[in-house]
Amino acid sequence: MIVGRNEMVELKINDRTVEIEEGGTILDAAQKAGERIPTLCHIKGLLPSGACRMCVVEVKGRNGLVPSCSFPAEPSMEVLTNTPRVLNARRTIVQLLLASHPFDCLSCNRNHFCELQSLASQYQIESVPFRGKSRIYPPDFSSPSIVRTPSKCILCGRCVRTCEEIQDVSAIDFTRRGFDTIVLPAFNEALRETDCVNCGQCVLACPTGALHEVSALEQVMRVLQDGKKHVVAQCAPAVRVSVGEFYGLPVGANVTGKIASALRRLGVRTVFDTDFAADLTIMEEASELIRRLTSPEANRPLPLFTSCCPGWVKFLEHNFPEMIAHLSTCRSPQQMMGSLVKSYFAERNGLRPEDVYMISVMPCTAKKFEAARPEFGHGSVEDVDAVLTTREFSRLLDLYGIDFAALPEESFDELLGTTSGSGDVFAASGGVMESALRTAYHLITGKDLAEIEFAPVRGFDGLKEATVDIDGTSIKVAVVNTLAKARRLVRNVKAGVSDYTFVEVMACPGGCVGGGGQSYGIDSERIKKRIEAVYEVDRTRVVRRSYQNPRIVALYEEYLEKPGSHRSHELLHTGYQVRGNHRSGV
Amino acid sequence: MTVTNPTIVLGMGTCGLASGAGKIRNVAQKWAESHSSNITIIPTGCIGFCQAEPIMDVIVNGGTRISYGSVTAQDAPFILDEVFVHKHYLLDGVLGQHPGRNNPIDGIPFVADHPFFKKQVKYVLRNCGVIDPSSIAEYREHGGFLGLERALSLGRGGIIQEVIRSGLRGRGGAGFLSGKKWQLASQEKSSTKYLVCNADEGDPGAFMDRSLLEGDPFSVLEGMIIAGYAIGATEGIVYCRAEYPLAIERLTQSIETLKKEGILEKPLDGAGFTFSLRIKKGAGAFVCGEETALMASIEGRRGMPRPRPPYPSVSGLNGNPTNVNNVETFANVPHILREGAESLASMGTETSKGTKVFALTGKINNTGLVEVPMGITLREIIYDIGGGVPDGKDFKAVQIGGPSGGCIPKELLDIRIDYESLKSAGAMMGSGGLVVMDSDTCMVDVAKFFLSFTTKESCGKCIPCREGTQRMYEVLEKITTPYSQMGSEQENLYRFNMVLHLENLARVIKDTSLCGLGQSAPNAIISTLRYFRDEYEAHIFDRKCPAKACRSLLTYTIDTDVCNGCTLCARNCPGGAIVGEKKKVHYIVDEKCTRCGKCFESCRAGAVLVS
Repeated sequence: MIVGRNEMVELKINDRTVEIEEGGTILDAAQKAGERIPTLCHIKGLLPSGACRMCVVEVKGRNGLVPSCSFPAEPSMEVLTNTPRVLNARRTIVQLLLASHPFDCLSCNRNHFCELQSLASQYQIESVPFRGKSRIYPPDFSSPSIVRTPSKCILCGRCVRTCEEIQDVSAIDFTRRGFDTIVLPAFNEALRETDCVNCGQCVLACPTGALHEVSALEQVMRVLQDGKKHVVAQCAPAVRVSVGEFYGLPVGANVTGKIASALRRLGVRTVFDTDFAADLTIMEEASELIRRLTSPEANRPLPLFTSCCPGWVKFLEHNFPEMIAHLSTCRSPQQMMGSLVKSYFAERNGLRPEDVYMISVMPCTAKKFEAARPEFGHGSVEDVDAVLTTREFSRLLDLYGIDFAALPEESFDELLGTTSGSGDVFAASGGVMESALRTAYHLITGKDLAEIEFAPVRGFDGLKEATVDIDGTSIKVAVVNTLAKARRLVRNVKAGVSDYTFVEVMACPGGCVGGGGQSYGIDSERIKKRIEAVYEVDRTRVVRRSYQNPRIVALYEEYLEKPGSHRSHELLHTGYQVRGNHRSGV
Repeated sequence: MTVTNPTIVLGMGTCGLASGAGKIRNVAQKWAESHSSNITIIPTGCIGFCQAEPIMDVIVNGGTRISYGSVTAQDAPFILDEVFVHKHYLLDGVLGQHPGRNNPIDGIPFVADHPFFKKQVKYVLRNCGVIDPSSIAEYREHGGFLGLERALSLGRGGIIQEVIRSGLRGRGGAGFLSGKKWQLASQEKSSTKYLVCNADEGDPGAFMDRSLLEGDPFSVLEGMIIAGYAIGATEGIVYCRAEYPLAIERLTQSIETLKKEGILEKPLDGAGFTFSLRIKKGAGAFVCGEETALMASIEGRRGMPRPRPPYPSVSGLNGNPTNVNNVETFANVPHILREGAESLASMGTETSKGTKVFALTGKINNTGLVEVPMGITLREIIYDIGGGVPDGKDFKAVQIGGPSGGCIPKELLDIRIDYESLKSAGAMMGSGGLVVMDSDTCMVDVAKFFLSFTTKESCGKCIPCREGTQRMYEVLEKITTPYSQMGSEQENLYRFNMVLHLENLARVIKDTSLCGLGQSAPNAIISTLRYFRDEYEAHIFDRKCPAKACRSLLTYTIDTDVCNGCTLCARNCPGGAIVGEKKKVHYIVDEKCTRCGKCFESCRAGAVLVS
């Protein structure tokens, strides 16, 4: 095989010459030439679907119109992207979509953010000449995380391909045929009953309002306005480098201080930082790793899998229930925080747990499912009462008329709001692993890890492996993101092909910064920028190791005694469920 | 065939069985018992003259076959007596004799001279209706596997050259040069390649492939083995629609036979080339006749097409180079290899070589399966072979190529059947369905019927086909709905609006659809609009159906000069739409009339007028 540059292909787009690498499509060439061709079913990084036909162009010498997303660029090709024939075709296609779409725009949750709206506007659609049968389907409100409104579906297939190719879950797919085609879970089951893990990648992929998260807005607003409860909020590490995007700030801008300030203006009494709970998770999990390393037992096997990602946990429960013992018994940072707020915090402030209302702001839709898991909470008091996605949070701010970009910087409340850099990096794929290694090193050797940045586990890549030397013992670790890669890794572990000691799994591409609750669209460039920003936040911290976080030290001294203590187990650890599996019919 | 005892050959294809061949077999066996003798009953496939099924052939004079058509279970014993006991051959219903190698019998016409068969050339259908499809011995007697032998000696390149020189074009409808297609697949460097036979035959009313699979399955399989060898594929898959159980049965048996004979799954040449075949049943989707959707279906996925390039010859089944051909295409191959490229190239036109099998149906006297050389005119097929339109009605149009094809009107009856001529007339060869229509057929209704098929069968992946065909269908529905059942003025304006957009919509669907289904779905409308625009205009503007076929557009009135007030119509009207007193002229209330036609049927005075 010849190693070197691919051949370049020269072609003309609208009479302008452009060169792209061999194997690229006409769409790639057009983008390079600065010509915007509309797409609807295209997902960058996946094979083209060719379903929407919006990207059609004219190619000299060819009869029909050609789909630019899939047709390879050929030398000396002459492409025209804006001829009357092409424009007429695109307009007719948009008109056809509008003809079976409900005209609910003004009261739709995607109003202003909808790709169909943008296309209708761009192509100046003034009338829809076809009207007849349309798609009328009941919405599916069964899932605690995701709502399906099939009537708004334009059948672009992005959700199906995301769930199948990126996540390898395939909870939804095309069913029936012809005009009656509709995207449904198998046998039209309620989403709640399926293998859906609530990761929300489908919501990010959906161009219209057909898929969206279950809204906690009304309930949160009511509690805030009632004023009867002591409202506490926690904010995830990923949100602080993401929510600025809604307010014109650059991707990755660190708006931590503004978030604290915004939450207080909403009426939140106490503002804590999920990053603190992440530090706590590290303390507990690193100790757990060491226990499994030094005294292995049948019910405490290696490799140890992280458990902070609820999408991953449900995935394992459905697909590999026999591997549940490998999961860390640690709760996720969100749940650890909720548990402590309703116990430690409430007690210290003389509050009854039922008078405390815990809101969490997350980049994630699966966290809504997690907060409602029966393993958490006491009696009728939940540990986490409501979860808001990054999107919902920005909506709440808009509702209250808060000018986010102009807010002053404030800090979180100290008790459970002080964090180390270790807590911040949880947002990126590899962050949990790196943090755990920083602390595990200290717990084993008593020393501080000098080379604190662990590059081999960082980055957008779906599978990263590394061998770590801890004072003579080397352990092999793996970091995985996206569930398709996770499935492959677990299969390898089961087959005995890999000898990992510790594995971090995040369901979303790039980690939580690519979560289902972030701004719409599947865009790896944006995720990469957020990842960089996360590691920058870590660099701004004076304290970058969890065990050096003064509030963590205090918490153990005052309340928890030590990692793995009885109280720790009660408040900070959990168990899992065996769930049925649609794929194997179990 | 060399036979000794009383031997008959019975057409036991699906058409024969459906007309009663099974009963005739039982009757014949009883006849033999009553004459204390054995009788050999050789089952055969469809000879093509479906109008005359059940067909029973008798073998006499040491090999001459005489065919009798439209045989009933009552007739059969009489015929058997006459032929085998009294040696009388010229009976009612005789179709003719096939002399074979023997001297012809005086006084009996030849089957080959029968108007139905005279202009046909049985190249690919030569064995159908002649041999027992399950007998490999008979297949070999008729030259079977000599093609494969010669192919192996020519080598891969030689085979491909032979097929290219023959001019064989894909018989599934697209008409791509088959040899060229094989060449592309053979050029790919891959250790795994597949050969696929498209036996999905989805066009409603088409049965060319079915007859071949039922009547001469070995020829299709031999063609596949030759093709597999040529391109370097070691596995072949026949994708056969599940609605053809007899074809699947014959194919399964044939594959087992070939395995026993050592032709499948054993080395065929010195280099150890081995070919295996399996059958994959379809699951009821027309769209799976499209090659990329077909491959998706074989892979176990939803049958939706995907964009091409990459073409299947480069990346097909499971990403490997794959060659997909139609049943009829493969069936041509053994004959080309055995007799040489010229045997095909000598027939047909400049660009369309060889023959084509057509399923001739509709308003025609001789319905059946015909094989004609390319270049024959439509007039010859319909009037000479088909025997013209029954009941003295006028010919109006013929639909070629199924729901994706187009119609050819009376003015173009002298068009030559070849790929290019049909395309320029707005139709297409398609897989070979020919539906004849007379003056009682409404062309708007025909377009509506075909569109209802395509819109239901659309896979739903791409917007122009999924949404667009539904909207086109709705327009046709609206213009065949009566004024009185339409909602309001607004609805009517709305209908006009949609009609104005119809032609643009049809063009966009044709231009932008992902696969052939969508790209050809508008043909039904475009071609009927081209030749029968006046019928459309009558429906839209005059709200009338000139062919009187769209029932809901008919108006029933009572001729006041003729009506004698007998009240028969009023009593028979299911909708209570007729008012009138005894012995007084009656009146039909239009808003209540459901156009069922009962009054027209009941009136003895001929007073009910239909317009």
